[in-house]
Amino acid sequence: MKRKERIDRGLKVRTEGHYAISSLEEIGYLVGPRLLLILGVLLLPIILELAPYWKRVVNIMCVYAVLALAFDFLANYVGLVCLGGALFIGVGGYLAAIFNVYLSMPFWLSIPLATISGAFLCTLLILPCLPLRGVYFAIVTLMYPILISRIIEAFNILGGTNGISGVDSLPGEYVEEYTIIIVMLVALFAMRRLVNQDMGLVLRAVKDNDQSVRASGINVTHMKSIAVFIASLMGCFGGAYLAHLYMWAGLSLFALDFSIIPIAAVVMGGGGTLVGAVIGCFILVPLSEFLRFFGTFRIVIYCALLTGFIVFKSEGIMVYATRKYHQFERWVKV
Amino acid sequence: MSETVILSMKGISKAFGGLKALMDVSFDVFQGEIYGIIGPNGSGKTTLINCITGFIKPDKGHVFFRGDEITKWPAYKIAQTGITRTFQIMRPYYSLPAYKNLIIPLWSPRAKKLGGWRGGGRHGDRDTVAVDILEEIGFERDSRVPYKLASTLPTGYQKRLELARCMALRPDVIFCDEVFSGLSMSEIAGMVPLIEKLKMEGVTLIMVEHRLRELFRVADRVMALNFGEKIAEGYYKEVIEDKRVREAYLGSEEV
Repeated sequence: MKRKERIDRGLKVRTEGHYAISSLEEIGYLVGPRLLLILGVLLLPIILELAPYWKRVVNIMCVYAVLALAFDFLANYVGLVCLGGALFIGVGGYLAAIFNVYLSMPFWLSIPLATISGAFLCTLLILPCLPLRGVYFAIVTLMYPILISRIIEAFNILGGTNGISGVDSLPGEYVEEYTIIIVMLVALFAMRRLVNQDMGLVLRAVKDNDQSVRASGINVTHMKSIAVFIASLMGCFGGAYLAHLYMWAGLSLFALDFSIIPIAAVVMGGGGTLVGAVIGCFILVPLSEFLRFFGTFRIVIYCALLTGFIVFKSEGIMVYATRKYHQFERWVKV
Repeated sequence: MSETVILSMKGISKAFGGLKALMDVSFDVFQGEIYGIIGPNGSGKTTLINCITGFIKPDKGHVFFRGDEITKWPAYKIAQTGITRTFQIMRPYYSLPAYKNLIIPLWSPRAKKLGGWRGGGRHGDRDTVAVDILEEIGFERDSRVPYKLASTLPTGYQKRLELARCMALRPDVIFCDEVFSGLSMSEIAGMVPLIEKLKMEGVTLIMVEHRLRELFRVADRVMALNFGEKIAEGYYKEVIEDKRVREAYLGSEEV
């Protein structure tokens, strides 16, 4: 009988400690994947000069990536399955439009202001449901965007169904692209750092066992609200950016896509890896754009692909790729 | 052991629906003593701990810590005043390495205030403190044990980790909820000196136990509970000779 055996690559073992790096090969092994991602994303707008239509797709892709990061962080590091992506986007987008159109602030003021005040607002809204766990929390956060969009519709406030139009556009295509790309990259690496800091460890402990955290003298609700604030900060930035990108803030900012696609991306990319969330978005969003060619049939292809992923590679692309990168497999006789 | 009362419980009652888990339980714990709580299964020992440490709210009664009332405070606040507990069913953070488990109590406001180290420097001063505490409690520093994931540790180490999590808070009072249960004799033999050492350091310990022989080795005073009522209190020999205790709990057992 034979059995598959996995062994760490020698290169991985040598580069693991603090003491290891002694050759270009080893440095390359460590830095390579990160550099590939960073440079690849940074060069994307320049490469896409050849196909200008796809530039818009890259922007939206990055917004989804930021949202997926927020979802991955909350779900896999804090244990809050938050389906409120649409809430973050909607609140951020509407606030940016209000600041820009009604209060005539320039974009460089309205985006940061909408990000921060939106994050406060979202945290405040989610605060009462923080003691809830699991699927109950998910349901409540899913209801919020629907609730708010219905309120806007029913009372005909904030432009009603027409939305708020006349939001300033961002000056220049490159500003448009690099704003979101840089924010996405910073968010990615900042999150990776945060979850390994002492505070991040406390957040992960909340996911593992909140009773123990309580017995350690830490206010669990307080920690959860900090985590929600961080996540909604990212989401609201995405919303504020989208409002300026579309030069319009309307009910479609509360669309469920913003809640669902990040989840699909995280599942596809690999939960708990953070990078996986970004990679998942980089595949899913262009794919759905590409499938536009098939008309309504695209949903079928999309769903089939996702189902296939969940059934056959539920660990996600990133977990799989990391394993292949660090380890090799061989057959041994038992 | 001094004669100052550190923790004082007055008439604690708790009912879960029709089940009266605790009925009018009152007792005082002196500074620096080891106080044992015994009783048959379902007699309300863990409920009592939960009521005192704020994990459930008592229906009636008062808890005083150094003369201040702490009844119905949230659990994290009680832990911050220096009353901490272990869990009967161990609750380590399974996805973190053993020493990173201690970062959580070390990060709490109480440890930040009391700790002499500079909080969370670039190279993680807390990590050093965490490994120190683990070494104190029997994780060998140079072995791989402190760096393993908590989920891969054997029961004995997980129990120690529970105690270490309490120690990291620099507590005044530790409630130990059956720290000896599920351990082998040799593992218990390793635990007893730790308990004695904590006592030497002036920590007050309240131990809920089913392993009576080991408990009586370390405990100064013992209280017996049965069906949520206090039936005896005092030096362990007095308690086990008490008629009600024998009936309720020790009955046929030879101690």
